Amino acid sequence: MSTNAAIELRNITKTFGSTVANKDVCLTANKGKILSVLGENGSGKTTLMNMISGIYYPDSGQIFIDGEEVVIRSPKDAFDYKIGMIHQHFKLVDVFSAAQNIVLGLEDDQGFDMKKYSKRISEISEQYGFDIDPGKKIYEMSVSEKQTVEIVKVLFRGADILILDEPTAVLTPQETQKLFAVLRRMRDAGKAIIIITHKLHEVLSLSDRVSVLRKGEYVGTIATADANETILTEMMVGKKVSLNIHRDEPKGMQERLVVSSINCINREGSTVLNDISFCAYSGEILGIAGIAGSGQRELLESIAGLQKLLDGSITYNDPKTGEAEDLRNKTPREIRDMGVRLSFVPEDRLGMGLVGNMDIVDNMMLRSYRKGKSMFVRRKEPKNLAEEIIERLGVVTPDSSTPVRRLSGGNVQKVLVGREISSSPTVLMAAYPVRGLDINSSYTIYNLLNEQKKKGVAVIFVGEDLDVLLELCDRIMVLSGGSVSGIVDARTATKEQIGLLMTKSREVHHD
Amino acid sequence: MTNNTHHTHEPLIQVSKRDDMTWYGSWAVRAIAIVLALAVCGIVTVLLTGLDPISVYVSMFEGNFGTSRRLWAMLKELSLLLCVSLAVTPAFKMKFWNIGAEGQTLVGALACSACMILLSGKIPSALLIPVMLVASVVAALVWAVVPAYFKAKFGTNETLFTLMMNYIAMQLVSFCIVFWENPKNSNTVGVINSDSMLGWLPSVGGQKYAMAVIVVALLTVIMYIYLRYSKQGYEISVVGESQNTARYVGINVKKVIIRTMAISGALCGVAGFLIVSGVDHSITTSSAGGMGFTAIMVSWLAKFNPLFMVLTSLLIVFLECGAGQIATAFDLNHSVADILTGIILFFIIGSEFFIGYKIRFRTKKKEA
Repeated sequence: MSTNAAIELRNITKTFGSTVANKDVCLTANKGKILSVLGENGSGKTTLMNMISGIYYPDSGQIFIDGEEVVIRSPKDAFDYKIGMIHQHFKLVDVFSAAQNIVLGLEDDQGFDMKKYSKRISEISEQYGFDIDPGKKIYEMSVSEKQTVEIVKVLFRGADILILDEPTAVLTPQETQKLFAVLRRMRDAGKAIIIITHKLHEVLSLSDRVSVLRKGEYVGTIATADANETILTEMMVGKKVSLNIHRDEPKGMQERLVVSSINCINREGSTVLNDISFCAYSGEILGIAGIAGSGQRELLESIAGLQKLLDGSITYNDPKTGEAEDLRNKTPREIRDMGVRLSFVPEDRLGMGLVGNMDIVDNMMLRSYRKGKSMFVRRKEPKNLAEEIIERLGVVTPDSSTPVRRLSGGNVQKVLVGREISSSPTVLMAAYPVRGLDINSSYTIYNLLNEQKKKGVAVIFVGEDLDVLLELCDRIMVLSGGSVSGIVDARTATKEQIGLLMTKSREVHHD
Repeated sequence: MTNNTHHTHEPLIQVSKRDDMTWYGSWAVRAIAIVLALAVCGIVTVLLTGLDPISVYVSMFEGNFGTSRRLWAMLKELSLLLCVSLAVTPAFKMKFWNIGAEGQTLVGALACSACMILLSGKIPSALLIPVMLVASVVAALVWAVVPAYFKAKFGTNETLFTLMMNYIAMQLVSFCIVFWENPKNSNTVGVINSDSMLGWLPSVGGQKYAMAVIVVALLTVIMYIYLRYSKQGYEISVVGESQNTARYVGINVKKVIIRTMAISGALCGVAGFLIVSGVDHSITTSSAGGMGFTAIMVSWLAKFNPLFMVLTSLLIVFLECGAGQIATAFDLNHSVADILTGIILFFIIGSEFFIGYKIRFRTKKKEA
């Protein structure tokens, strides 16, 4: 068997600062086989592949290629070992043609003969069934065509081990089928193929074996023939861990925010929100679960007035006046001027929620600086607020005039959450509020959310850790591919149930 | 056994960002840079000319402060450069790369001279100067708002756009000079209203440039307060740091871009007005004299702080005036003076790198 292994990883460990991205990971990809690497976001799949392709260097562990131990220091080394990586974000020159991109950086002693290269490209295309026009410029291509160029590029350079990072994330179902056909042909030609994914049905229909990672740790490898969705989900999400997060019964629930049938497309024209409807009640925490990029960000931004929607409505029921108001396609300022007290802790803390180069006081003013008729800003109240938040949430900082960019991740988040709840909101949305935070800071945030819930705020919590979602939230809405795949009661739901909903693809119409 | 596979690849020099330097630390670095620059300049002077470097530096000082006339000439240059620098600052703080201050100033100067030439004697002379000022401001404002509008509306590249507007402004001035030639066929405008002095800024306390200095001093303080304490100044900072954050808190980014460029243009108009009405009393295609570009350096070196910009523009003007003095005093080619200016600027700009970044050399580790 071991002679059949194209690449083997033994006990690979990689840490970034105090975060362990990969811990004792073992993998084997065989020649003429397709291996899936499965795992949730942040489980270390991409880090692992980056070590194979020479972008990162492992802290410890060994890599064997064809049974020989190797050291891969750079992408060039990886290429010398015939490893080809197709990244999620393509690395192509837009104004060059497909053929020019494919030969870019090639070192050829026999002179640069474009005709000869074009012929080889055509041969490769024919052999594996690619549909490619070597003369076409990249900027004229669809996403799927660009991906084809990337694949041909690594084949052209003689790669025998191909790594594809989430190759289907950007493809339509038809394009995915085409890609799979090509991958099977490459497999039959003896290539070792590794595909990184979190889509279970793709794993089952395409690969020969599956290796599962969870939170940077290697869980195990099984043959696809022995696997089904339930087994894989269990491996992926793991056993339930008790966190002892405090949870009260929701009280005085009223319909606060009613979202009905909203649709949204992104700049590239693909659907990011597909017919989403739900209701957020006052006095409860509604969790939102899903694989990253399933529409969580767009959904929250739509409510906050930062996304244009195609149709549908977002109705806000004002607790004071009892009036219903439509927030759809209103700007954040219009929403505030309507008297809607909506707070939003965005995922990108320093890129959206705060200004990194400004001090804590100036960041406190972001929401409120417009108040009053004077043309000058008042820094007195923001300063008091800053001092209060530093004191109450235990923000570690020299003083309130320190730029927030110098604070640690947890403290940045405390500043942001502190500001957002300081305006006594009626709706509080938080996207991944504990990402990158240590245990203590995480619990501080959970407590703050619980406090808001007690006050009758409708809290919407987007999270990635299912254990947290299950213990903190009252209900959990699961998003998959921009659609709601289910809304469950967090007190009774299981991790596996949510895991399955997360990976459930939208029903395809049968002929 | 597995330990053998552990390789570290530490590069020889590691550069990492730092933002923990104290204010006195960073001024110390700058002071060292100036001392080093003067030392290198001294060596270069001796090698190239054989002159005593000390006497060269003394001559530089004299070029700036030697006589009352030189002092006022230096102050004039300083105030004009500072005025254009104040103009570009809000735009640059917003990360709107306005390299069209040159053209904006020129267009302001053009509008000012047009009023001087066409309106003198036709409207009451008390009204002439206000009209000139308004015309300059409006012309430059339009010149600045056009690229801002296209940037906000269609996402055009402001760098190219403002740059090209410079050339249009220059051609426009050439075109007008044809009509305003004085004397005929000289291809220059000559001193406008040289007899009546209509539209000339009045002198204060017998100093003809004092008015310009006072105006710019006031503008410096106003700009400092505007950027630091006004709501609009705050919005400029937020948009400059992160447009996403600006949108998130409901700032109308397009409006801020256009409004800020209008202010930027208006101040360039004031500079154009000062050049024509207060200093040159004439117009040429080089009336702005490259200040639109030098101002960018002044503004950046001062980290967009108008009060620091007094110092940075003084530095640039000091070097320029000093260089001119060396050239005449020692009968040198002006290039030698330019070389010295270049060396000094190189060190000063280079010192900012050492303030913003830490350099660590590889330390030898014993193999385990």
